[in-house]
Formats: sequence, structure tokens, C-alpha cells
Amino acid sequence: MLPNPEHLKNHPELIPETVEQSLTRAREGEDLRAFVALFDERARNDSIRVRDALLRGESLPLGGWIIGVKDNIAVKGQQLTCASRLLKNFRSPFTATAVERLEKAGAIILGKTNLDEFAMGSSSENSIFGAVRNPHDRSRVAGGSSGGSAVAVAAGWVHGALGSETGGSVRQPAAFCGVAGLKPTYGRISRYGLVAFGSSLDQIGQFASSCRHIFDLLCVMSGVDRMDSSSAHMPPPVHNGGLRPLEKSLRIGIPREYFVEGLSAEIRDAIYKVVEQLRSIGHQVIEVSLPYTQYAIPVYYIVATAEASSNLARYDGARYGWRHPDAASLADLYESSRGDGFGSEVRRRIMMGTFVLSAGYYDAYYRKGQQVRRCILDDYQRVFLDVDVLLTPTTPTTAFHLGEKIDDPLAMYLSDIFTAPANLAGVPALSIPIGKDGNRLPIGVQIQGPHFSEELILRLGDQIESLDKAGGE
Amino acid sequence: MNYELIVGLEIHAQLITETKAFCRCPNRYGDPPNTLICPTCLGMPGTLPVLNEAIVRQAARLALSLGATIHPRCKFDRKNYFYPDLPKGYQISQYDEPFSTDGFLTIECNGSFKDIRITRAHIEEDAGKSMHQPDGSTVVDMNRCGVPLVEIVTEPDFRTPEEAGAFVSAIRELLRYVEVCDGNMERGSLRCDVNISVRPAGQAALNERSEIKNLNSIRAVEKAIRSEKERQIAVYASGGAIQRETLLWDEAVEELRPMRRKEGSDDYRYFPEPDLVELCVSPEYVENVRNELPEFPWERRRRYRKDLELHEEAVSLLASDRELGDYFEKLLTLGVEPRSAANWMQGEVRRHLTDQNLTIGQFPVSPQDLTELIQFVQQDAVSLTQAKDVFRKMLAKKCSARDIIRDEGMMQSQNAGEIESVIRSLLQKHPHEVERYRSGKKNVMGFFMGEAMKATGGKANPKMLSRLLEDMLKA
Repeated sequence: MLPNPEHLKNHPELIPETVEQSLTRAREGEDLRAFVALFDERARNDSIRVRDALLRGESLPLGGWIIGVKDNIAVKGQQLTCASRLLKNFRSPFTATAVERLEKAGAIILGKTNLDEFAMGSSSENSIFGAVRNPHDRSRVAGGSSGGSAVAVAAGWVHGALGSETGGSVRQPAAFCGVAGLKPTYGRISRYGLVAFGSSLDQIGQFASSCRHIFDLLCVMSGVDRMDSSSAHMPPPVHNGGLRPLEKSLRIGIPREYFVEGLSAEIRDAIYKVVEQLRSIGHQVIEVSLPYTQYAIPVYYIVATAEASSNLARYDGARYGWRHPDAASLADLYESSRGDGFGSEVRRRIMMGTFVLSAGYYDAYYRKGQQVRRCILDDYQRVFLDVDVLLTPTTPTTAFHLGEKIDDPLAMYLSDIFTAPANLAGVPALSIPIGKDGNRLPIGVQIQGPHFSEELILRLGDQIESLDKAGGE
Repeated sequence: MNYELIVGLEIHAQLITETKAFCRCPNRYGDPPNTLICPTCLGMPGTLPVLNEAIVRQAARLALSLGATIHPRCKFDRKNYFYPDLPKGYQISQYDEPFSTDGFLTIECNGSFKDIRITRAHIEEDAGKSMHQPDGSTVVDMNRCGVPLVEIVTEPDFRTPEEAGAFVSAIRELLRYVEVCDGNMERGSLRCDVNISVRPAGQAALNERSEIKNLNSIRAVEKAIRSEKERQIAVYASGGAIQRETLLWDEAVEELRPMRRKEGSDDYRYFPEPDLVELCVSPEYVENVRNELPEFPWERRRRYRKDLELHEEAVSLLASDRELGDYFEKLLTLGVEPRSAANWMQGEVRRHLTDQNLTIGQFPVSPQDLTELIQFVQQDAVSLTQAKDVFRKMLAKKCSARDIIRDEGMMQSQNAGEIESVIRSLLQKHPHEVERYRSGKKNVMGFFMGEAMKATGGKANPKMLSRLLEDMLKA
């Protein structure tokens, strides 16, 4: 394991060698396909710059943190492939606000991490760089779409990593890889520099080995950004020495819609065990219902694909990115560049999205989808009158095998069944590991809270982490 | 059979703002291609639009000028289509909740007035400019990409090509007045699309229409409508039917040509733009904008006719160009009498602007300097003919009327004693003519006036001279 960031801050002289260590380990673990680019030169230069700044006594809240960035988030001058043939040689002319804030706080970007093409997928298998492998079992998927970032943290190569969420792309791989992953409230972190998939759902999230570290990252990354009109006018959480322990007892809601057929018995039992532990230390556990949860997946695939069909229209081979060399006409240029440039899952979603927005179908699909989305939000708002947070499984199963679902899109889509509702409602949601199943594969528990309650759900997550340590092996 | 022409217009007006609609690139015409661009207006991956507040103000100025309702809430939508000059693959526009609706503009055509109803005026962004090269390739200039536009849609209220022309002229005048758009049709900052159909006189239902694009002058608008009207009538006359299609006006040959159909056109898959928040416009904001609006052209026209009693020609010149009118108003506030000011504006000033192809903004003589010159005439210090000469010299030498009149010794003699002595010697020199005058031949007066002027080198004040001459002849 790398020296932790708190240690590095007190011993800045260790930062350059720690970055070397990170680079070496990431290179040694290449077969996991977590990183698609390592910024060797840049990271080394940054390590020296940050070391010197800390030695001069500058205050850098994240001085010495080593970070991986999903390759759909922009870093100036660096590749921004989205794991797509279409952007294979594209370099971004600017840096994402979230990354800029991290670097300003002293974080060092190690490189870019692997993902499903344009963040479309739940296994990180849809990538021109090859499928990401789960470090707990290399024959299994890491989850997706932010699989590379989850693995980089799980393997101990970085202190934290950025992912992006549209329907569970941080929480699901966090659960599969046994790390903490947060999807903040929609608008909490600027989307400027995040390549758009479903703009009304997209949110940058963080992976780390603990809730405390997620909180450290969140405090730096969040806050309004004039480059993103949808960023929330809400001050970042106050860091003030870091995440404080949870002291009060909470009303914890257990929504019955999440404990349904298809949920693995081992995961269910692991969740129940946590629930019992929480009850035993004084929390109030209440069974609740969010009846519209069952529509989350269909609504998600209408809204996300509709927005994606428009967001991905810019990749047409005309101005940048991959362009088919033999186009005979303008229409042919579009068809061949997009037809050959996008992978099959991306093409499938563009077609679905184009369909649901088409004249004559808009009302039946997109408009209806938006109405049901509103009902899902209402469910949350109603239930949060009665409980402080919701506790659920993150995924119905633990990590599945590579190739197991790749030809069965519906089965793949259903792996987001417990995560997509939070994106539709815009509420924050966290996944943290709570032990392993019989195959020694990590299990994740999900905590969801009202809008802008990140600090609360992280404090509960932190408490669960400590319970685990106290009562663990 | 008699056919009735039905025409509606869609006007695209580029808004005058410092920066583009959704990024901070300068909003400017005429720079080298692809120099006013940034990742955001190029739609690079990860960029997001941020609304420029100045657009809201400009759209509000226009809406209020058209008497339209500004909605307290409106939203933006994406209009999806593929074209190389549209870098995001969609245009940010407004679909079902536009910025403003239900306005009107009064046009004057062939001496009668008509209110043209405005369906809506909404905000959108311009695309880049595709330029087709002689070798068959196409190049794209993205400087225009993201320039803010207002699209003004009228009801199908026009019944003649001249009405449509009058509307374009009126809306251009208005846009310039309220400084929302420079109205330059050649440069494309004001563009006009025409929707046109014909129906047998007396038929209530509308027939299928065609759309005409690429009209960059008022003359082209009228000509294209005439031409398309004839075509449609001919199609119906021969038993055919009109298809919904888009035609391009070819200015060089003054003909309409069918436009190549856009790929998968007609279904723009509009949906709410998720990157922008709802636009809320408060009543206070609207009132502030209303209070900042200048006098409208029709208000000025009425005032010039009624209060200043100017001739129609002067009214139409001075009220149709806000800056020219403002210059004229400045002369009035400096004390020039309205008729006289109007005469100068219509005559010497306009002639100079036309000859030199200048706008009034580029006119080198300040209202103060022109007032001074006009006042020399009013005080009979110089004659009108002399004043026009002084005016030319002011432009040529770039100095004031006072300096020229002094340097050229033009100031008319006001000294009665000096004039009297000239007259006295003339009377002594021409006793015969004096006799003739006194015997009733009053036209001899002209002879003495001419001789006296010669003797004074033209500087004698003619009124004073004629009065003194008359007195002394009678004595």
C-alpha cells in the first residue's frame, strides 16, 4: 500500500518517491487494464512542485494525494478517448473544473483510467483498450463504467480516483471492487470537462479506500462553477479537520423494493447484518416503500439514451476525432465515421435515444419518462420526511464473469437496478464495502440521502466502516 | 382564376452583444476565419453552454418594441440535425416555451397602414458559415458559431410582395432604432425566410406552402415572392400540386432553385436543453428594460409630422434612421429652427453622406459646428449660397464656419455708413438713372443694387442695402 496522504502531508519529501511507486505498480498491474495512460513526466514534475510547496509551508489541502482520472474527464493537453475509437487520438484543449480544483489543492494526477466507451456500460468491457479485470478475481469484471478508477483504488495504486455517474457507474464498480464510491447530488460538482452522456443525470464522483478520504476530495471538488449553469449554488461542505464521527442516532429507511427477486441471498444477508448492527448501536430502522423504484431502469434508459443521442451527435468525423478515410459524400462521412467509430453498445443507445425523441414517439416515451422521473423524485421527497437516509444493497449480485452479460444488454442494464433511481432523483448516494461473499468477492451497501446530504451519508458510511473493523476478522 | 397570395416571414436577427450567446468569444463580424472561437462554441467534448445575460436584455428590448408578451419563464431546447457548420450536432433554440409571443408591427404600404401580427420572437444561436469552394470542397468558418440570434416569426398576414418588403424594412428600422441588431442584410446579420402559398380567392383553407431562403435584400424578398407566386399559380393552373419544399433565391440570376434536402430533415427531435436552466424574467427586469427604450420610429415620425410640421420627404428621411434623426434633434436643441435644420439635413448633409458613402456617425462636422453656420445665415451674416460654400470648405479644411468666414472675408457689411457713402457716389455717377427712377421706372432699383454689390465686393447685406438705396433714391 502507498503511504497514506495524511502521512505524505507531514513528510513531503516522500512525495516524489511515492509517485514513482505508484507509476511502477500501475505499470506492473497493466494486465488489469485499469490505466489507459500514465502521465509519467507530468506526475513527476507535479510531485516535485507539490513537495517544494509543502516544504515552503504552503497550505495544500490535498498536497501529495495521488489521483486517477477516468478518461472521459478532460485534462488539458492529455488524451480524452472515452475508450472510443472515435476519440482515440483526441487531446483536450482544457481541464475539467473538478480536476483543476484537485490540482490546485496539491493533488497529483497519475493518469487516465479505463471505462466503458462513453461511460455506457456496467462492466468496463466496452473499451477499445480491452476489458478491465477485477483485482479480486481476474476472470471477473470490475463493474462499470468507471471500472478503471475503482480498480486503481482497490489495487492501492492511487489514493483516490474520479469516476462519473449516469446510472451507477461509480457505485456499482465500487461495490464490485470493494472500495468506497460516492455519487454526489446532481449539480454538487461541476460537469465542465466531463464528456456528456446523459446531461441531466451525469455527475462526477469519487473513489477512495474510506469515507473520510471521499469527504476530503468532495470538499475540494464541489461548489458552484460559472462554466456549468447546472452546478448548484451551494457552498462545499466545511472540511474543518475532516469528516467527523456520527454522533446522533438516525432514522434509517429500508425500502422494500430493493429486497426483491434477483437479489443475491448473500448480499441480502450481509445487508441485514449491517442493519442489525446499526440498530444495536441505537439507530432506528424503519421499513419504507418507494413504489416507483420498479420503473427506474426503463425511465433511465429513455432519459439517458435520449440525451446521449444528442450529446454524441458532435462526434461526426467532420472536425476532430476519427474520420472514415473513404467517405464519398457528407452523408457517407457521417454514416461511416459514426458507424465504424462507435462500438455496438454506444450505437444501440444512440438508436434508442433517437427513437424515443422522434416525432410521434416523443410523448409516449420521453415525455412519459420525464413524468415518471418526477414520480420517482416525489417518492424520495416523501420518504425523506420520515427517514434520514436509505440503506440498500448497491447491486443485486457481486462481480460477474467477463463476457457473462456482454451479449445480453437487458441483463447488463439490470445490474444498475439499485443505483439508477438516485441519478433520476439527483440525490447523493454512497457505496461502501461490507465484507465478501462465498467467492471472496466484495459486497457493497448503498446509503442514499436527501439532496446535499453527502456529509451525513459519509458519516454513516464511516461508522459502518468502523463497525466492520471492530467486528471483523 | 384569381389567386390570393399568402405570405409569412421568419426573420433572423443577430443581436448586438459584446460576446457570443453561450461562451465569451467576441461577437464580431469580419475577422479572419476561425479566430473568434473557443472549445465551448466549437462544442468540444466536455464543454457546456452558459447563457450571456446581455442576450436576455436585447431579446427583451425587441419584444417590448413589438408589443409582445415576455413570459416570466421560458426554457431552451435542442434542435438536432447534422451539418458540418453545426459543431454540437444540435442548435440551442427555443421550441414550445419561447421568450416572447403575440406582438405586432405596423407597416405602411402604398399609403395605408396594416398591423402585422408577430407569432413569437425567441432566442437561439447561429451556426457557423459554410462556404462552398469552386473546386467542390466546402470550408467552414466558425466565427459566427454561437452568435446570438432572435428569430421573429410572423403570422401569414402578407397579401402582396410589397407588404412583405415593407415589413422587412420596418423591422430593420426598428432593430436599428433599439440597437438590437445592425440590420445588415448583405452581411447576414439580418436574414429573412419567406413562407408562401396561394389560394383561389374566396377559399378559406390554406394551401401547401413552400419556403424561400437566402434572401439578402428587401428587393430580393419582393422579387422572390413575385416569382414564386407566379410559379405556384402556374402549377395549379396546369392541374398540379405544390409540394412542401425549400427554395433558394439565386441573387445572380434572380431565380429560385430547389434546395438539396437536408439529411433526415423535418424531424429535429426537439427536447429541453439539459445544460441550461430555465430562464426567469421578472416584471421588474422588464420594466427596467422598458424604461431604457428610446423613442420608436413611428413615434418620432408622428412628432415630426404633427409638432414640427416637416414635409413628408423630410419626415421619412429623418425618422427612418435613428442616428440621422438624433443629429437633427441635436440641431434643434442647439436652437436651429426645425424647417431650416431639416433643409440642411436633406440637402447638404445628405448629399455629402451619399457622395462619400458615409453614415451620420462618420460625418465629420459636429452638430455644434453646423449650428454655428446655420446661425450665420439666420442672422444674415452670410447668404445661403455663401453658407453652402462655407459648408464645403468646412469639410475640406476641417475647420469651423467662423474661421472660414473670417479668413475669406465673407462677413457681410453691416456698416450703414459705409453702404451710404457707396450709394451716394453711385447716385452722383448715374444722374440719368436717378431721374428715371424718380419718374416711376422702379426697375432701375435692380441696376443700382447690382452696381452697389459690385462696389462693395458682394459684402453688403442685401436687405440693408435695398432699404438704404430706396430711402436715398426717394429723397
